[in-house]
Amino acid sequence: MSSFKDLFNTYCWDEVKESIYSNTEADVLQALQSTKRNIEDFKALISPAAEPFLEEMAQLSQQISQKRFGKTMQLYVPLYLSNECNNICTYCGFSFDNKVRRKTLTDREILQEVETIKKKGYDHILLVTGEANQTVHVDYFKNAMELVRPHFSNVSLEVQPLEQDEYEALLPYGLHAVLVYQETYHREDYKKHHPKGKKSNFDYRLETPDRLGKAGIHKMGLGVLIGLEDWRTDSFFTALHLSYLEKAYWQSKYSISFPRLRPFSGGLEPKVNMNDRELVQLICAYRIFNEEIELSISTRESEIFRNNVLKLGITSMSAGSKTNPGGYAVEPEALKQFEISDERSPEQIAQLIKSQGYEPVWKDWDSSLTIPLDK
Amino acid sequence: MLKIGNIQFNSRLFIGTGKYSSSEVMEKSLLASGSELVTVALKRVDFKNQDQDDLLAKLNHPHIKLLPNTSGVRNAKEAIFAAQLAREALGTNLIKLEIHPDPKYLMPDPIETLIATEALAKLGFIVLPYIHADPVLCKRLEEAGTAAVMPLGSPIGSNKGLKTIDFLEIIIEQSNVPVIVDAGIGAPSDAAKAMEIGADAVLVNTAIAVSPDPVAMGLAFKLAVESGRMAFEARLAPKHAGAVATSPLTSFLDV
Repeated sequence: MSSFKDLFNTYCWDEVKESIYSNTEADVLQALQSTKRNIEDFKALISPAAEPFLEEMAQLSQQISQKRFGKTMQLYVPLYLSNECNNICTYCGFSFDNKVRRKTLTDREILQEVETIKKKGYDHILLVTGEANQTVHVDYFKNAMELVRPHFSNVSLEVQPLEQDEYEALLPYGLHAVLVYQETYHREDYKKHHPKGKKSNFDYRLETPDRLGKAGIHKMGLGVLIGLEDWRTDSFFTALHLSYLEKAYWQSKYSISFPRLRPFSGGLEPKVNMNDRELVQLICAYRIFNEEIELSISTRESEIFRNNVLKLGITSMSAGSKTNPGGYAVEPEALKQFEISDERSPEQIAQLIKSQGYEPVWKDWDSSLTIPLDK
Repeated sequence: MLKIGNIQFNSRLFIGTGKYSSSEVMEKSLLASGSELVTVALKRVDFKNQDQDDLLAKLNHPHIKLLPNTSGVRNAKEAIFAAQLAREALGTNLIKLEIHPDPKYLMPDPIETLIATEALAKLGFIVLPYIHADPVLCKRLEEAGTAAVMPLGSPIGSNKGLKTIDFLEIIIEQSNVPVIVDAGIGAPSDAAKAMEIGADAVLVNTAIAVSPDPVAMGLAFKLAVESGRMAFEARLAPKHAGAVATSPLTSFLDV
């Protein structure tokens, strides 16, 4: 199989949805009691039939997570480099048709932001941009990574999908992980939400993790934007994608995020609401299905939710995030991609993690693990 | 007394430093265990600001030696590069060679490990490679100049015990270098078992770090390792499936 698309095309959204919703209590028990779980078990765990088993799922999820990851929580922070974007995405504050001022950080501004972020203790950074291929391209990323890398042990990207050779070119600059969310695996709805720009090409986005795997990336992040479509069906396809990738690109690590649609000025109301119980169910389902997957929760979620969910299977968290270019130091008050919900400082979050009997981990990678270009 | 390279150890329990709920708990547990050799992942240590690194500060005891590991590398080339930086930064020739390109089960790559062991031994490192319980690979590593071998008992972090015991016994029988059973030891009884069959040492992390009481568990492992070793040295009495019958096959000789 040359890419996930071939496998994906053998599935029908409506049939998958129906099969998830037709799971019974017996299917859920089978999934919980099994020692080796497959994607059918995952279906049962995300189904409405699993709702009465939430406490049991949470206990199991916590136990499995501690065995694999210990009592630790990785901390990372996003650095928004640019909000220029040629795509129209109905749910995003950076959408081309949204009349906000556009900004791409200069070298000096990037270093200003870095200085402020470093003071907060961070050592893992996620560089984020919109999609503006004329100004924010591979050379821009190389330059930004050269500026950032001396200050951080671990650098990840959340930018437009790139070609395999472009990813390969960024690896010696210290690129560790790339996050690329499909947003939704519902092909027709995807079109509605992405009417213009390069992002409107569903298949190109769908095949991005294949390009990353072929390039030999250390880690890739998957996920859907929860609220666009039925979250259970979308999550099934995410898990299917994950299972395919783990076999095809066995040297890469994987992480999953669960962004719930957040308000921004003039933005879209979620078509489907996912409540807190359902998000806990999804987090636990992923953990029980896949013991090794990294699960990440951002500041989109509320304080109270994050306080309580961090022990249920989550392995990494951001804190004190700003979602606008320049948000940490250059111009703190403008151009946000979305409103964050948990505004506590990294220090407060680190204290919270400690108070729950976990160790906040700031550093879990080292530049000595990447051979530089001149060696 | 156990000797690896030119270093002697009173304790045959080696400890990993990951997965603890805090570095304070880790330190207490480590002291309770009596261990003299602890692994530290290069990726967790801040080389640039060693004096400010919390983990390193907690490991700063005169009886404790650091064993940096290369966790995170995927091939021999990366491992050799990382090991050299570790030696420079931490001032030790000891290196735990971990090359597991598979991040899911962290299975060691035997081919890359053999290549890296040979290169690092030539560079003067005391190499302790993490490997499958593969007796032939152990002999090849010996020829390549390894200081010890670290075969797994079961998948790392699994707490499943000595699933590979038949192969561990062959390795112990054949080895000219210390055999340290690494990975999968889930309970003090597993550690004792490994020592009883003649392992020179064991390395434990998850079973101690993730226990609700890591300090007590550190001590429990210390006692188990000492007990297992003592039993090995005293030689276990042979096992019998049942009572020994009268001699139906040889009684004719008595007539």
